[in-house]
Amino acid sequence: MTTLQAPAATIASTGESNPLRRRIGAGQALANALTLAWRNVTQLRHSPEKLLDVTLMPIVFVVLFLYVFGAAVSGSTHSYLELLLPGLVAQMAMFATMGLGTALCEDIHKGVFDRFRSLPIARSAPLVGAVLGDTARFFVVMVVLTGFGSALGFRFHTGVLPVLAAFGLAYVFYLAVCWISVLIGLIAPSPETVQGIAFIFMMPLVFGSSILMPSTSTMPGWLQAWVKVNPVTHLADAVRGLTVGGPVGSHAMYALAWAAGIVLVSFPLAMRMYRRRV
Amino acid sequence: MTYMIEAEGLTKRFGSTQALRGIDLRAERGSVLALLGPNGAGKTTAVRMLATLLKPDAGQARICGYDVLAEPVQVRQLIALTGQFASVDDELTGTENMVMIGRLLGLSRTRAKRRAAELLDRFELTEAAGRAAKTYSGGMRRRLDLAASLIGDPQVLFLDEPTTGLDPRARSQVWETIRGVIAGGATVLLTTQYLEEADELADRIAVIDKGLVVADDTPAQLKTMTGGQTLIVRAADRSRVGQLAGIVASVTDATPDISPETGLVTAPASDPALLPAVVRRLDEAGLMAAELAFRLPSLDEVFLTLTGHHAENPADSDESLIDDDGRAA
Repeated sequence: MTTLQAPAATIASTGESNPLRRRIGAGQALANALTLAWRNVTQLRHSPEKLLDVTLMPIVFVVLFLYVFGAAVSGSTHSYLELLLPGLVAQMAMFATMGLGTALCEDIHKGVFDRFRSLPIARSAPLVGAVLGDTARFFVVMVVLTGFGSALGFRFHTGVLPVLAAFGLAYVFYLAVCWISVLIGLIAPSPETVQGIAFIFMMPLVFGSSILMPSTSTMPGWLQAWVKVNPVTHLADAVRGLTVGGPVGSHAMYALAWAAGIVLVSFPLAMRMYRRRV
Repeated sequence: MTYMIEAEGLTKRFGSTQALRGIDLRAERGSVLALLGPNGAGKTTAVRMLATLLKPDAGQARICGYDVLAEPVQVRQLIALTGQFASVDDELTGTENMVMIGRLLGLSRTRAKRRAAELLDRFELTEAAGRAAKTYSGGMRRRLDLAASLIGDPQVLFLDEPTTGLDPRARSQVWETIRGVIAGGATVLLTTQYLEEADELADRIAVIDKGLVVADDTPAQLKTMTGGQTLIVRAADRSRVGQLAGIVASVTDATPDISPETGLVTAPASDPALLPAVVRRLDEAGLMAAELAFRLPSLDEVFLTLTGHHAENPADSDESLIDDDGRAA
C-alpha cells in the first residue's frame, strides 16, 4: 500500500487565518449545546401546537383523578387535591420527557443529525442541546398544572423557597429522565415506536407510586415493596413535603440520588448509541 | 503532491451486504470528482466515511492530509456535507437554519446573521429567507442546503446526489449554483446517478459498481470509452424514415439504428458540430424532424460497456437500508 502523504504545509498555503483546533473544549461544547437548544425553542416558537400535549395533559389528569378518586380516597375532592397536585407535579415531570425521544428519532431519520455530526462541534452537543431545549415543555406543564390546580382551590402551605425547591427538585428529576427518553429515541427503529416503548417503562414507575394514593396499606405486599423503592414515590413525597408540608429530607435525597444514578447510566449509554447508531 | 481527498482501500460491510470492497479515490485541490453509480453501488457509504460519519472496516482516508479516523476534529473543520435528503431543518426559516450553522461554527450572532444574509442573497433565497424551510420547493431546499454548507468556507465539499428527485429546471438551477461554488475554489466530491450531471460538473469521474471503482477517468475519456454521444432524430412523417436514415448515415459516417414504428433514427456521433449539418440537410430535403437531439450515453449504457451488465437498481427500500443511508443494521 502506498504511504499517504503527511499533512505538510497544505493548510498554511490556503491562507487560512486560524490554525485548526485539535480538540473541542468544554466551553465550546456548552456554546454548541446552547445553540442547538435555541434551535428547539425556535421550533416551538414557530409551531406552538407542539406544546398542546403538555398544555392539556395536566388539565385532563387533574380533572379525571380528582373527580374519579377524590371523594373515595380522601372524603372530599378538596382534601384530595392537596395530595394529588404535588403527586401530579412528579407525574408530569415524567410524562413531559416523552416528546423528546420522538423528536430526536425524527431528527435522526431526516438527516439533520448527519449535518451536525459533520460539523466541528462537540459530540454531545446535539443531545445535550435537545435536552436543554426541551425544558420549555417542563415549564409549560408546571405552569398549567399549578394554575389550573389553584383555580380549583389548591393552595401552597409552605413558603416561596420550599415551593421553588419542590419545582427545582422536579426539574432535576425531569432532566435525568430526559436521558432515558433520549436513549429510547436512539434505540427505537422509527419515531412512531418511541411513544410505545416509553409508555411501557413509564407506566409502572408513574402509577406504581404514591402519586395517586399516598397510603400503601391497602396494596398487596409485592406492590407495597415496589412503591417503596420506586423513585417517583420519593419525588412525589418530597414535593408534597415542600408544597403542603410533611417530611422532605430523606425523600428528596433518595430522589436526587436516583436522578444522579439515572444520568450516570443513561448519558454514557446514550452517547455510545449516538456514536454507533446515527 | 498532496491530494485534498485521498482514500485507499475503503471497505465496509453491513450485515451480509458488502457495501464497499476496497475503493481508492483521489482529488486534487480545486478539482471536482464525481462518484457515478446506481443506487446501492456504495457512493453514499464512501462519502459518509470521508465526512467522518462512518468508520470503514478497512482502508484509510485523508482530507487535506488529515486522517479521517485519527483526526476527525480537524477534518470536520475543513469539510462540509450536503446530504441526499437535504439535511436542513424543516421547522426553521432559511435565515434561522443559516444562523444556527454559523453559530455552531463559532461566528458571533452579528457575523452569523451577516453571513446568512450574504449567502441567502447569493443563492437567490432572500425572498424566502423568513419562511420555514418546509414551505420551500425541492430546488430551493437544495440551494439552502448548499448555502448552509458554505458558511464555514470549506476546503472540501461533499455533495451527495445534489439533484436527485428534482425536475429538469430545478436541476439546471442547482447545477448553476454548484458551478459558482466550484469557481470559488473548493475541492468538490459529488455523487450522482446521472452521467450527464457528472459530465456537466466534474473534472474526473469514478464509476462505482457494487462497491468497486470500475473506471476512473476524465469525462471525455469515459465518453470515448463508452461510445461518446448519440444523435437522435425522429421523423415527423414516419413513411420517410428511410430517407432520414440516409441523411443521418451520410452526416455521421455511421450506420444508424432505425425504429420504423416510432420513426426514431439514432447514430453514434462525437462532434456536436454535426447538429447544424443535420439541420441543413433535413431542410434541403424538406424533411420535418419531430425530435432532434444529442444525447450522452445513459448510466445504464456506461455500465453495460464497463461492466458487461446493466446498472442494477435494487429495490428502493433495500437501498435506503443498506447503502445510501449507510447506517444499516
